[in-house]
Amino acid sequence: MSAAFASSRTNGSEVVKELAFFAVIALLMSVMLLGVETVDRPTGLELAVRWDLVLLAIGATVIGRLGLIFRRENISRLGQAVLITLSAVAVFEMFVRFRELDDRWVSPVFLDMVFSSVVSTIIGIAFVAIIFATAYFTMKDKTAADVDESAKLSSKIQLAYRSNTKKIGLIGIIFFIIFPFIFGEDRSAIDLATLVMIYIMLGWGLNIVVGLAGLLDLGYVAFYAVGAYSYALLSQNFDLSFWLCLPLAGIFAASFGIILGFPVLRLRGDYLAIVTLGFGEIIRVVLINWYDLTGGPDGISSIERPSFFGMADFSRRVPDGAIGFNELFGMEYSSMHRLIFLYYLILVLALVTNFVTLRLRKLPIGRAWEALREDEIACRSLGINPTNTKLSAFAIGAMFGGFAGAFFATRQGFISPESFTFLESAVILAIVVLGGMGSQIGVVLAAIVMIGFPEMFRELAEYRMLIFGAGIVAIMLWRPRGLLSFRDPTILLNMSQKEKVAGEIK
Amino acid sequence: MSMLKIEGVHTFYGNIEALKGIDMEVNEGEIVTLIGANGAGKTTLLMTCCGSPQASKGRILFEGQDISRMPMHEICQLGIQQSPEGRRIFPRMSVYENLQMGAITQDPKYFNSDIEMVFDLFPRLKERINQRAGTMSGGEQQMLAIGRALMGRPRLLLLDEPSLGLAPLIVKQIFETVEKINREKKMTVFLVEQNAFHALKLAHRGYVMVNGNITLSGTGAELLANPEVRAAYLEGGH
Repeated sequence: MSAAFASSRTNGSEVVKELAFFAVIALLMSVMLLGVETVDRPTGLELAVRWDLVLLAIGATVIGRLGLIFRRENISRLGQAVLITLSAVAVFEMFVRFRELDDRWVSPVFLDMVFSSVVSTIIGIAFVAIIFATAYFTMKDKTAADVDESAKLSSKIQLAYRSNTKKIGLIGIIFFIIFPFIFGEDRSAIDLATLVMIYIMLGWGLNIVVGLAGLLDLGYVAFYAVGAYSYALLSQNFDLSFWLCLPLAGIFAASFGIILGFPVLRLRGDYLAIVTLGFGEIIRVVLINWYDLTGGPDGISSIERPSFFGMADFSRRVPDGAIGFNELFGMEYSSMHRLIFLYYLILVLALVTNFVTLRLRKLPIGRAWEALREDEIACRSLGINPTNTKLSAFAIGAMFGGFAGAFFATRQGFISPESFTFLESAVILAIVVLGGMGSQIGVVLAAIVMIGFPEMFRELAEYRMLIFGAGIVAIMLWRPRGLLSFRDPTILLNMSQKEKVAGEIK
Repeated sequence: MSMLKIEGVHTFYGNIEALKGIDMEVNEGEIVTLIGANGAGKTTLLMTCCGSPQASKGRILFEGQDISRMPMHEICQLGIQQSPEGRRIFPRMSVYENLQMGAITQDPKYFNSDIEMVFDLFPRLKERINQRAGTMSGGEQQMLAIGRALMGRPRLLLLDEPSLGLAPLIVKQIFETVEKINREKKMTVFLVEQNAFHALKLAHRGYVMVNGNITLSGTGAELLANPEVRAAYLEGGH
């Protein structure tokens, strides 16, 4: 061992120092998070101390770190794989134990679980084997050539992505179209997909304002709220149908976008962000306090559901004079029909948003947005009117927010100011930023990561937020400019896309 | 006939008077150069012509029309285009897209012939047509800035320090092209420069600016021969 250390840059005492440092950090973090727990006993709430968890956390950290040191210093390929696997098992053990309240010291839960049945034995062995194999085969003997190799690989992936953007987009669209056929009977899957699609649409809408025009808008949820409330109020007070209200909601939201746009035209950066943030809050506070119109914190309930383009109804008990959707198509009644219809509705709305954005990017107005983001003075010196350009970005972005809002209202059947808090704005903005500003496919990925994953892993209860946080940190570390942060020219001349991208990466 | 006429223009930045009553004119078909030290107000004068900042006193006439109260984008649509200080190309856009941006307010029917004209003047830009503008060298970016201004079909071209930060050989090329644009396209050029020697050699007429005032004017050759100009801007430098 000492000979191995002597051959590398690190010596024994430094390794011990590093391990001790990480052990202390693990101790500090785990004592409060894992070590103390409130337990509901007949005598009342009591604090239970879970030293086994703290010990596991420290053990997992130290072993894992040692594994990483082995890896870093090229000490032993087998050794580092074993250590990393051990660390992973310890983390797993920690999580399993945390969910159970009893304080057992003797036999590891992991072993109990693995040997409880044949299937779980296989799963357990597979789990260990996968981690071991990953750790074993991904270790590189670090030389200059290898670093080059890995850089080349990432640029190859980039190249593959950028020269096939259209195909990837098409595959994505096809996947989302056939999605209900795969998960047709799974209500929660369709619900989740609809939710993700709402956020994809909001992300694409905000992308016009933030990604293309470069105006940091922290109050985007206001337009979402305007859309939702305008549909709810129009349909309740004037008995207008969803199909009529949808464009109206978009127009209302767009005019609010212009109302917001005027005072903030002169602002930039931080100041703009603060004012838009305030605007979002104003809308929410007005919704809470204008009790006569909006119902205040009670919200608006039993909002009308959309019909099948005014031709058929989705309810079980069809009102007089209308036909049921199932009758129209001669099918058995199923409550899934409406959900699937809603899913397709938001899919179409989102695709329209995407299509319009892609078209606008190629038109002078879209180009002017992008130019405005890069250099306002240069834009003005080219004869672009910054006022109109900014207002149009706000208005069009807001309009799509309004469409999404109207959809949200009709899907939920109930809206209240609670749904339009600042957190929503932050989530939508995070989707745009994490996706890579201005990247359409990036928004889809980020929406799946930000909305889909936390919902999918709802069983993990509070840890999903922990994992969510870790995910965000990981994105910041490895892709600080967003998941897909390239901007490709909208037009290329005398060259295939492939050559162009390759030329640039070189 | 004077194309651009500046009459008693004062410009303020807050309380600081950057231009203290400037009178000058640029005649059609001329290259007029404005030289002066750092902070003399050269760029301020050029930007005042474009409407940002606006002149607080005085008039600016472009082809007889007072433009001193117009917003920048309207002035530029009248036929004044500039290559701004520090070039200000759009770094994340390709060369082609930058040139498209230059033509954004123009009728698309001129686009193809205009871009051919720019590529004739700067063959280098044609080679780099799909390259991201921010990845090009300083000289190429300057060519792009001028090319982008030309795409706006100007009658008056304003150039703010096109030699800034460029190698002497490239500076020579740029100035040669400017002369060619003037000679062949009959373009009126108003050039703001610190590189007095090259600028005056090129110019039909020149002005010298000190602390927000025009102190000297004359033909390019006269100013080059003027002992004060030589002492202040030319000796030791070139």
